Amino acid sequence: MINWTEATPINSLVGGILIGVAVSILILFNGKVAGISGILGGVIKLKAEDIGWRLLFLLGLLVSPVIYSIFFALPKVNFESGHWTVLTAGLLVGLGTRYGSGCTSGHGICGISRLSIRSLVATMTFMLAGVVTVFITHHLI
Amino acid sequence: MIYIISLFSGLVFGLGLIISGMTNPAKVIGFLDVTGFWDPSLGFVMLGAISVAYFSSKIAKKRKLTYTGLPILLPKANMIDSRLIIGSAIFGTGWGLAGYCPGPGITSILTGKIEPILFVIAMVSGMVIYEVLESLKARY
Repeated sequence: MINWTEATPINSLVGGILIGVAVSILILFNGKVAGISGILGGVIKLKAEDIGWRLLFLLGLLVSPVIYSIFFALPKVNFESGHWTVLTAGLLVGLGTRYGSGCTSGHGICGISRLSIRSLVATMTFMLAGVVTVFITHHLI
Repeated sequence: MIYIISLFSGLVFGLGLIISGMTNPAKVIGFLDVTGFWDPSLGFVMLGAISVAYFSSKIAKKRKLTYTGLPILLPKANMIDSRLIIGSAIFGTGWGLAGYCPGPGITSILTGKIEPILFVIAMVSGMVIYEVLESLKARY
């Protein structure tokens, strides 16, 4: 059943368009793909000549809620998971995105918009894994 | 110039994540909960983002240089191997566990909650472990 009381189709579409604009700016002006895990992974490699633009992109992400909150109240956030679950999740996300060369942004948005079959397969794989995980944690346990 | 563009792109990306509701892990889990009370919002985010990025990707594929004269670096890899599948499956499991992927995790660090900070520390640790394992593999 679709949860239309929690769904935010208009806001999500507008936010998605903004993400598409951000991705477009980075590729058409800097020549870089806006995959967040790839950008962060590149910082961890500590290559001095390639680190500046990555840090500034991440800084942009970091300050975005601060700037948003000057004009509007930040949307409410609900956490369903405990601290140990969040830590385990972070570890899996860090390892998995590096092995799989991308996350929701790199494969899911940038890759699919380039019509990359590799990215489409990656996206279907992580979505399926996410669906199975939520089924286990919400309906079995 | 490259730095100002990067900062601006990151800022717009982050605002997009906040407006779309994706910094709320419950909404992401709601999307993945297809057998429960399904929240389709994440699908609308993907739709909006891909429809815009489709056009810039098309332009980027045709051009060799950016409007600012820099080389356009598009990924060339097209192989579908076990690394891609296993890595993506591990990522998806972590994504489903907490409802955070890398973008929303980083974007939420300064919102005064402890969860995104824990998530990003663990995610960076996972990435460091990956680099260590890869450098060991290259050595032996």
